[in-house]
Amino acid sequence: MSFLRPKFRHPHLPTNELGYTTTEYEGSLSTLCAGCGHDSISAAIVQACFEMNIEPHKVAKLSGIGCSSKTPAYFLGNSHGFNTVHGRMPSVATGANLANRDLIYLGVSGDGDTASIGMGQFVHAVRRNLNMVYIVMNNGCYGLTKGQDSATADRGSKSKAGSVNPFESIDLCGLALELGASFVGQSFSGDKEQLIPLIKAAMSHKGFAFVNVISPCVTFNNNVGSTKSYDYVRQHMEATATVDFVPMMTEITASYEQGSDATISMHDGTLLHLHKLADGWDPSDKLSAIHALQHARNEAKVLTGLIYYSADGHELHDVLNSSERPLNSLRQEELCPGVAKLEEINKGLR
Amino acid sequence: MSMINDFVVRFANVNGTGSASANYLFAKSIFRMGIPMSPKNIFPSNIQGLPTWYEVRVSERGYLGRREGVDVCVSVNPQSMKQDVACVKPGGYFLYDNTKPLAAELIREDINYLGIPLMATCNREYTDPRQRQLFKNVMYVGALSALLQIEFGVLEELLAEQFAGKEKLIAPNVKALKLGIDYVHEHFTYPLPMRVERRDLVGNSILTTGNSASGLGAVYGGATVVAWYPITPSTSVAEAFHEYADELRIDADGRTNFAIVQAEDELAAIGMVIGASWNGSRSFTATSGPGVSLMNEFLGLAYFAEVPVVLVDVQRTGPSTGMPTRTQQSDLTIAAYASHGDTKHVMLFPSTPTECFDMTADSFDLAERLQTPIMIMSDLDLGMNDHMCTPFQWDEHSEYDRGKVYSAEDLDTIKRYGRYQDVDHDGIPYRTIPGVHATKGSYVVRGSSRDEFAVYTEDSAAYMRNMDRLSKKWETAKTLVHAPQRYQEKDASTSGALFFGTTTDSAQEALDILKASGIVIDALRLRAFPFNNTVAEFVRSHDRVFVIEQNRDGQMRSLLTTELNVDPAKLLSVLNYDGMPITAETITSQILHHLNQTS
Ligand SMILES: Cc1ncc(C[n+]2csc(CCOP(=O)(O)OP(=O)(O)O)c2C)c(N)n1
Ligand code: SF4
Ligand SMILES: [Mg+2]
Repeated sequence: MSFLRPKFRHPHLPTNELGYTTTEYEGSLSTLCAGCGHDSISAAIVQACFEMNIEPHKVAKLSGIGCSSKTPAYFLGNSHGFNTVHGRMPSVATGANLANRDLIYLGVSGDGDTASIGMGQFVHAVRRNLNMVYIVMNNGCYGLTKGQDSATADRGSKSKAGSVNPFESIDLCGLALELGASFVGQSFSGDKEQLIPLIKAAMSHKGFAFVNVISPCVTFNNNVGSTKSYDYVRQHMEATATVDFVPMMTEITASYEQGSDATISMHDGTLLHLHKLADGWDPSDKLSAIHALQHARNEAKVLTGLIYYSADGHELHDVLNSSERPLNSLRQEELCPGVAKLEEINKGLR
Repeated sequence: MSMINDFVVRFANVNGTGSASANYLFAKSIFRMGIPMSPKNIFPSNIQGLPTWYEVRVSERGYLGRREGVDVCVSVNPQSMKQDVACVKPGGYFLYDNTKPLAAELIREDINYLGIPLMATCNREYTDPRQRQLFKNVMYVGALSALLQIEFGVLEELLAEQFAGKEKLIAPNVKALKLGIDYVHEHFTYPLPMRVERRDLVGNSILTTGNSASGLGAVYGGATVVAWYPITPSTSVAEAFHEYADELRIDADGRTNFAIVQAEDELAAIGMVIGASWNGSRSFTATSGPGVSLMNEFLGLAYFAEVPVVLVDVQRTGPSTGMPTRTQQSDLTIAAYASHGDTKHVMLFPSTPTECFDMTADSFDLAERLQTPIMIMSDLDLGMNDHMCTPFQWDEHSEYDRGKVYSAEDLDTIKRYGRYQDVDHDGIPYRTIPGVHATKGSYVVRGSSRDEFAVYTEDSAAYMRNMDRLSKKWETAKTLVHAPQRYQEKDASTSGALFFGTTTDSAQEALDILKASGIVIDALRLRAFPFNNTVAEFVRSHDRVFVIEQNRDGQMRSLLTTELNVDPAKLLSVLNYDGMPITAETITSQILHHLNQTS
């Protein structure tokens, strides 16, 4: 069941530049377990879109199947959504994006949905540099089918029933980097200070923006010994830097210590400030990003924050050299070559 | 019986030796002389080295189906010589390269041998090894032209067209033709009893393949997003679309008015089509049986979530990898009911390239009108072989039917939009395209049960209302899909025949043969699934109905039995499933067998 949220608007809720309150960015009431990390990510998406003054109907939200993939119903109620089949969100997002390059494509998925059944589609969306935001709500298990280990469960991580995962885990950020994702970030559902600016930056990015969010499953994988539990992640998080998202045209007032800060300007003119950069890490250097990820893995840390960013801005439409206008806006006059042309074609076949 | 303009020539070649263009030159020259003909490629699943055949039936009476028995076999493949000698009808001719002597075991008393030193001559006349190989092919076309009385001027004209812009290549080709002609003139009695005479029987027909026509139909039908995964025999549909679109769909600034993606597999291809269609583009994919198998889950989603899909299924011989380069009509069952749960899909059955063009273009209207997958059931024979057919036509005044889509203005007048409400009582709800309106019209598409307002629900009553509406939509589909073709004003027999797609040519020929011996059978050509009332009526008004198709299990017969309230005992299967196009001989003998059993 999903419950429609009562359309009650608090008279004193702040509004954004479009005159919308956060209510306009919410969806129906969540049916996930109380305390599920996924709900915090939905809330972060709502907050990010509100603060960025995004018109909700300019976003298309897509997902696969799983508890995580249910969330598009729970955020951006004024956006069209597509809850596809298990593991196949990337292909539907690809087709949608090709049909209309003017919308923002926000895909959410689970670790099962992405790293197992959907691995094939995920890697190909990355290597095509599809212009979309791809968020994995990563809980190391299959929530909706009652807690089986997923392919992102760390080796040695203990399940609620006490069994220890014997297999190596798939590091989705490392994989995305390897395949040429132009924006890679990692975060934790419990750290909205970091998650919200990271989502904003991803939404401002042109090209494939991947955000892997550790999102504990309170019901099946929040036990002692699990490396995807709230306690474990809190204790082992290590940020590449603190992320600050500066909206377009806003004056930059904050000042950071020289030498440990960086500012990235995104394709839409917004700025991303990074401060307290980790030693030896440069967000635009893929090698240092790979190194930082591997290093964190060796130290049993969860590396969070922006991991890699490329300003290239080349996406699938550029590769295909497709029309600047959305293909779905072309009319019959522009699509149908007409009778005279057909007669010419007939002639050539005689 | 005269063999003027009535015979079959078979070429036996080695795959990858450049024989295709020479063989095509031969076929096209007959077409240009105004004589109906139909060429068929019989090729292996291999790139180089295995035997391949090209069979051309010439038929003054316009029968374009395959005919059994070969009158002239041109053999340039030592590997398959034994079976090539065996295929020649008694009294027929076996043309071979006598650079090497023929093995004694290949000598038959009842056929004629025409030995021509193709290799020796070309080795003498050309120095480049590739040319020696290629011109051997052109030389046998020259020899055939002398033997069958093909006009030399026609061959010259075709070569000039083929090498327009590369005129240097014309002279050596003409020389190779002449080498063949001269050899025949010096060594044999010519022409042969089987030969051609100029006629005016092809009118303004065109010669093209079903796949090329489908690709063009998709351009005309307004497809903008194409996603596909390579598989024989469907690959050339996407390729044809791409080629035509590269010429016909380029913006003023040089950008494409289409996007084509070679997907990572068929699951992704159909997913992309669904995403693009949901987002308001016309989109299609082309595949064959193995691809349809993979697409099942997504097809169920498109049916249930009501997303338009156009899928061209160029069928080949299954099951599994089967005989991947041979033809069959054996995806009917899987396509009709693809996916789990109660699903049904619309299928169209083109029988000529002209119909591939029309039906592919129409299918975008149908898919958007019905908001459901439309599958165009072509096959290898139709898709990959050239067929003589009526020219493509387009109605200048036709307008794309984009179906029921609410605009922003429509939404402004509506209190609460319900994606799955049956507003017009035809089972078809109104959709909205993402981004249409700031505050109205949005909803989440999903494959799980929902109410009329697209809100997730597990309420049984709401689920059943939705399923029943989909059934109502299925009834509406019957009124929109292509009606069957009747071949007689009034029923003239207690027997009827049902056929579709590439079975048509041979079925019509078989019915003519039977008629000549006094057996009249009424005929109806199926053009779409679901069947409309005409089909049910046809079955009801005949005592027995032959269902002619190219698969083992009588899949169309099963569909008729399942979908129509008719007595299954009346439906008698006439089948061919050897991977070769069905022949009139097969059909005639099976019908006669049935008639003998029942009388
Ligand atoms: C083809 C198919 N196989 C299996 C399932 C059953 N199934 C539903 S959700 C799910 C796993 C979801 O895991 P994940 O993506 O990690 O999402 P989570 O629930 O953990 O958020 C599975 C296996 C399905 N829906 N479809
Ligand atoms: S089962 Fe786990 S993942 Fe699913 S809703 Fe509950 S807490 Fe969240
Ligand atoms: Mg999970």
